[in-house]
Amino acid sequence: MSGLESLAVPVRCTVNGVEQTATVEPRLLLSDFLRHQLGLTGTHVGCEHGVCGACTVMIDGKAVRSCLMLAVEANGTAIVTVEGLAADGQPLTPLQKAFHEEHGLQCGFCTSGILMSLTALIEHQPSPTEDDIVTTLDGHLCRCTGYRNIVRAAQAAVKAEQHRSRPAVATAGR
Amino acid sequence: MKPPAFEYVRPSSLDEAVRLLADPAKESKVLAGGQSLIPLLNFRLAYPRRLVDIKGIAELAYIRRDGDRLRIGATTRTRDIEESDAVAAALPLLTEACHWVGHVQIRNRGTIGGSLAHADPSAELPAVCVLLDAELKVRGSAGTRTASANGFFHGFLSTDLAPDEILEEVAFTIPAAGTRWGFREFAHRRGDFALAGAACTLRLNRDGVVEQAVALVFGATPSPRRSAAAAAMLHGNRVTNEAIREAAQMTRRELASEPAGDSEQAYRQELCEVMLVRALTDAVNEGASRGVAA
Ligand SMILES: Cc1cc2nc3c(=O)[nH]c(=O)nc-3n(C[C@H](O)[C@H](O)[C@H](O)COP(=O)(O)OP(=O)(O)OC[C@H]3O[C@@H](n4cnc5c(N)ncnc54)[C@H](O)[C@@H]3O)c2cc1C
Ligand code: FES
Ligand code: FES
Repeated sequence: MSGLESLAVPVRCTVNGVEQTATVEPRLLLSDFLRHQLGLTGTHVGCEHGVCGACTVMIDGKAVRSCLMLAVEANGTAIVTVEGLAADGQPLTPLQKAFHEEHGLQCGFCTSGILMSLTALIEHQPSPTEDDIVTTLDGHLCRCTGYRNIVRAAQAAVKAEQHRSRPAVATAGR
Repeated sequence: MKPPAFEYVRPSSLDEAVRLLADPAKESKVLAGGQSLIPLLNFRLAYPRRLVDIKGIAELAYIRRDGDRLRIGATTRTRDIEESDAVAAALPLLTEACHWVGHVQIRNRGTIGGSLAHADPSAELPAVCVLLDAELKVRGSAGTRTASANGFFHGFLSTDLAPDEILEEVAFTIPAAGTRWGFREFAHRRGDFALAGAACTLRLNRDGVVEQAVALVFGATPSPRRSAAAAAMLHGNRVTNEAIREAAQMTRRELASEPAGDSEQAYRQELCEVMLVRALTDAVNEGASRGVAA
């Protein structure tokens, strides 16, 4: 692919609290930047047109589809992926723990995206109603769980967070 | 799939963006929230040579109350409109419509300008703009012009915008105090594009007689469509259940004269009737308590 170097653009952002700089083709999707360039394969890719929710990450505190963003559009932002919720060897966040305890996942394909959307919801709105949780989940397809356990996990996490009131994102550097 | 190769530019002013778009050497396309354009690129349904990202133009993202106008800059995110107190106070109908735009993760990126320029027949924001006859400010090589939302939408994914033009602002005239409204849509799953929807505004006098009515349906026609028959039928009458049913049936008959197509089209037309009954009923029943405050 000759000539693409001339199209290359710089990207500078923080991912899970770590400053990243890279030079990328403009067409590189953020999802592929995270997975292939940074090796953060916890962000999954299902449909690449915004429907399934598997690729959801948090950007500046908001849940967005990383398959519908160019890496270059993330310039100057703070990104949190599922790897940023709890660092290796560190305790899981209350939400992650609740997914474990309430059996909120089976194959896990949808899970990282759902964790990011629910984390953003709980940060934005510390006492979400069941309806708020369900509305957040309408942007995520899960083929395994039937969603009931996911809703239960989110509700359990909200309760746990209210006890602890520890930040939902451990390593985001905020 | 992955997008085709293109050049990416992020101008910081509107003038610069228009200059880039007008450059005949490069087929350029505006990139706003990317929630419609990037899927098209991913599936290689679009092959622009250059993307002009307008999110770096600071003067394009705002929500501003200006007398009896509510002005919203083109790159304002759907989510920011949905959560805006100024919008909720001036135009709760718009707040309600935003709830129905895709999923929250999509609304966090998608913009009002992108929704209008993309012109999906099922999109909520174009429907609200046509209902309220919003005024659209457009910047191009030849300068600035204003366009009425009525007439802006030319059909499936097609608008009045020339390739070198940027939609800059959407200005709503805030309806008079006491104006009632309704907004309803139907989709198989929450967050999906609507199969069909309806919206209306109604103003009643003290005796409950309609002084002004606008009714609109979307999803079943290439662009959102006001129903002249429904408005004429309601005007000067009391809004009984009977009148509402009749107005909605007249609307459906208007749709039946459109190029029909498949069985789904007929289903969408039927849904339009049902949604309009509900929207008008909401306007009558709840409209006063959640009236468009001026
Ligand atoms: C899963 C999913 C579900 C969705 N559901 C809905 C839904 O239910 N209802 C709905 O209405 N939408 C829905 N959308 C679409 C979403 O609302 C889009 O964000 C919106 O239609 C386009 O806005 P954008 O800012 O993302 O525009 P972009 O994708 O950046 O651009 C869209 C088009 O508009 C042009 N454009 C953008 N801004 C301007 C401007 N200011 N001037 C001139 N041209 C411009 C671009 O060149 C492009 O052709 C959905 C999207 C997804 C992925
Ligand atoms: S991969 Fe992004 S939403 Fe499906
Ligand atoms: S756990 Fe398998 S898709 Fe959700």
